[in-house]
Amino acid sequence: MVTETSKHGSAGSGKKVLVRFKRQEDLREKPHWEEFSLDHRPGMNIIICLRDIAEHPVTSDGKPTTPIAYDANCLEEVCGACAMVVNGRPRQACSTLVDSLQQPIRVEPLSKFPIVRDMIVDRSSMFTNLMRMKAWVPIDGTYDLGPGPRMSPETQEKHYPLSRCITCGNCLEVCPQVNENSAFVGAAIISQVRLFNSHPTGAMHARERLAAVMGPGGVADCANAQNCVEVCPKEIPLTESIAEINRQAIRQAVVGWLLG
Amino acid sequence: MRQPKIIVVGGGLAGLMATIRAAESGVTVELFSIVPVKRSHSVCAQGGINAAKNLKGEGDSTAKHFDDSIYGGDFLANQPPVKAMCEAAPGIVDMLDRMGVMFNRTSEGLLDFRRFGGTLYCRTAFAGATTGQQMLYALDEQVRRFESEDKVKKYEGWTFLSAVLDEGKVCRGICAMDLKTMEVRTFPADATIFCTGGIGAIFGRSTNSVVCTGSAQSALFQQGVDYANGEFIQVHPTAIPGEDKCRLMSESARGEGGRMWVPKKPGDARRPREIPEAERFYFLEEWYPKYGNLVPRDIATRAIHKAVYELKQGLDGRPAVYLDVTHIPRDTLNRKLGGILEIYEKFLGVDPREEPMRVFPAMHYTMGGIWIDNENAATNVAGIYAAGECDYQYHGANRLGANSLVSCIYGGMVAGPASIRYARGLEKGYESVPATLFDAERRKQEFINESLLHQEGTENPVTIWNELGEWMNEHVTVVRHNKNLERTDAKIQELLERYKKINLSDRTSWSNQTLSFCRELYNMLILARVITIGALRRDESRGAHYKPDFTERNDAEWLKTTRASYDRGQIKFSYERVDTGAIPPRARRYDAQA
Repeated sequence: MVTETSKHGSAGSGKKVLVRFKRQEDLREKPHWEEFSLDHRPGMNIIICLRDIAEHPVTSDGKPTTPIAYDANCLEEVCGACAMVVNGRPRQACSTLVDSLQQPIRVEPLSKFPIVRDMIVDRSSMFTNLMRMKAWVPIDGTYDLGPGPRMSPETQEKHYPLSRCITCGNCLEVCPQVNENSAFVGAAIISQVRLFNSHPTGAMHARERLAAVMGPGGVADCANAQNCVEVCPKEIPLTESIAEINRQAIRQAVVGWLLG
Repeated sequence: MRQPKIIVVGGGLAGLMATIRAAESGVTVELFSIVPVKRSHSVCAQGGINAAKNLKGEGDSTAKHFDDSIYGGDFLANQPPVKAMCEAAPGIVDMLDRMGVMFNRTSEGLLDFRRFGGTLYCRTAFAGATTGQQMLYALDEQVRRFESEDKVKKYEGWTFLSAVLDEGKVCRGICAMDLKTMEVRTFPADATIFCTGGIGAIFGRSTNSVVCTGSAQSALFQQGVDYANGEFIQVHPTAIPGEDKCRLMSESARGEGGRMWVPKKPGDARRPREIPEAERFYFLEEWYPKYGNLVPRDIATRAIHKAVYELKQGLDGRPAVYLDVTHIPRDTLNRKLGGILEIYEKFLGVDPREEPMRVFPAMHYTMGGIWIDNENAATNVAGIYAAGECDYQYHGANRLGANSLVSCIYGGMVAGPASIRYARGLEKGYESVPATLFDAERRKQEFINESLLHQEGTENPVTIWNELGEWMNEHVTVVRHNKNLERTDAKIQELLERYKKINLSDRTSWSNQTLSFCRELYNMLILARVITIGALRRDESRGAHYKPDFTERNDAEWLKTTRASYDRGQIKFSYERVDTGAIPPRARRYDAQA
């Protein structure tokens, strides 16, 4: 089967792409930069650059090197794996097209998570925080209990965007409150609290989630920089989510105080 | 009472469902996944999940869903498990709804349903055009809840290497590798459920995710687990071709009214919107008036091939056709198809609400997979179970759109409890297996790694993989000629020889992705042979398997399941009867008017 974009097909323009990757072999090594000169093809993204390098791991000055380690999976910006900082901005490597970038392109790993190797970072803290916030609908069981609660199309349309969070970590990367001295969970996690607190069944356990999100590293740590919403690849209304959870948290705190 | 221990390999929909079912019954589960489970390939499923809930007053029923699925699969599927799946589907959608999946709603607040390929009923529940993502997240959240109660332990970032089999060929656990530290370790268990998904990487570029290599299935195959109907590969009619992957444009685009066409005049250089209605050839509507744009995928894919290669009507002479949704109101598009239209816009920089999309078929799904029995999702090796795309059970010779999500969940629901029944019935649990058995397997796998890391050679693994993909895509997808299949098998054997001379460009022992890729590559090559030889042997056309030299379905000789087994380095084939007890096979004609 011949397809429209074949690897060695219509390309051959002779144009080159210059990409610099920030490399770090392991935790002990100091990071360093390597530059690669690659054959330009239409539709080229950062993943294709990484694959070209894996097939021919030689730097632009002719020095043999190792393939660059990186996380990637779906390649259509829905799994969240391939977040990297490209030209200073966190993005998904798969949907970042070379032609939209100024060269030389600079690619670095996310800086707010522990580095593993090259572009790979350890984002497991995001999943741990989802657990702390009890980000789920506590159902009785998976046996057949009939249909779920009815929901208006309006409510569905409001919540669906929140449930498209791909846990990429971009919002944490740009948040000044996420740093070595803070435990702030970040916008993505707080937005999930909003999602589950507004689900008809999830709402029955909103108090527990609010208690968690009022704890250390919770919603109170947000300093309203509003960078998160700028870099979310799914355009999730993160700042709205934080404002809403703030309101819910204050309400719960005041009611708790009044009832002593 | 002794509580058994279950291992689940793979954290997509099937793996998570099996995990939940096992954890729910109080059993401890260890869940292994290459990627954090929330990033599994199930996120890519777009259009929806089938369940005959009949909420549109059309008279739909689970019996009709069953019939559509069997007929759509060209009668190759064993019927009892498909029937049970279709009957379970409405309950599955209810369960997902209770878990909080954000399905689209009607004005009454009920679940909305749309039409999909191969049926005349609105049977597909959907959450925008990201249904798989929404479902995966719901199951991921439930598993996280069990994790918080210490009923599930996750091993994310681990890759499966081999099963640990005792002298009686009973599976006593697995051997896996930590992709960060490269540590090889064995994990004992009473039963293991494999939910390791698709095999797209064997075809180079497909709609699949990077982890869908079929490596685990192939490793098991080489250890004696049979593989069935490998030659049945679904090529999805509508994808955006790309060098790194072919991005799917869901069938739901047509379910919501999208139309496929090419200009009547070959090579027409006008922009699509400048071509008047009368000068457009809506080939699916013309050739298949009853089902129109919603014929099953194998039919639509061959129709596109005919339009492009036989009639030479591809867009400006190239292999592409239009998928047009520009006549649908923007608001409807955003509400029901937003997710996929965004993908098109981001990757091609063109707004598909304004301009018809250029699409072409791409390898998408394997109907074939690990052989399992009809009742328990059990393989032929005691203690090994399989569910999801990696099994062969539910889709026959061609899968209907939106049936994969239901088969994943249903498969997990079967395999979870069945593995526990088996584990509870064991005379001796994993604790009584001598440590030497595990040590031996670990050393064997470590030795393979060491050999790869130290060998001096001239071959690059990525180059071998690219060649494999090009050959498989060209000769083992839509149109199959015996001569080309023979050549492809010879090519794969050549690649297996060259594999012996692989030179690892990375010899480090920390997060070495080149090493893990090489392990996968070997397994891909073996499974590629199973697929290719299976196709070569089957001299008929059925569902997705099409041979121009044998254009008819041949029930007398080929209404049977292909079963491949591995015996001392040789791939062997046998065939077994298909259970067609409920619906007698009939001719499959989507072009009929009635």
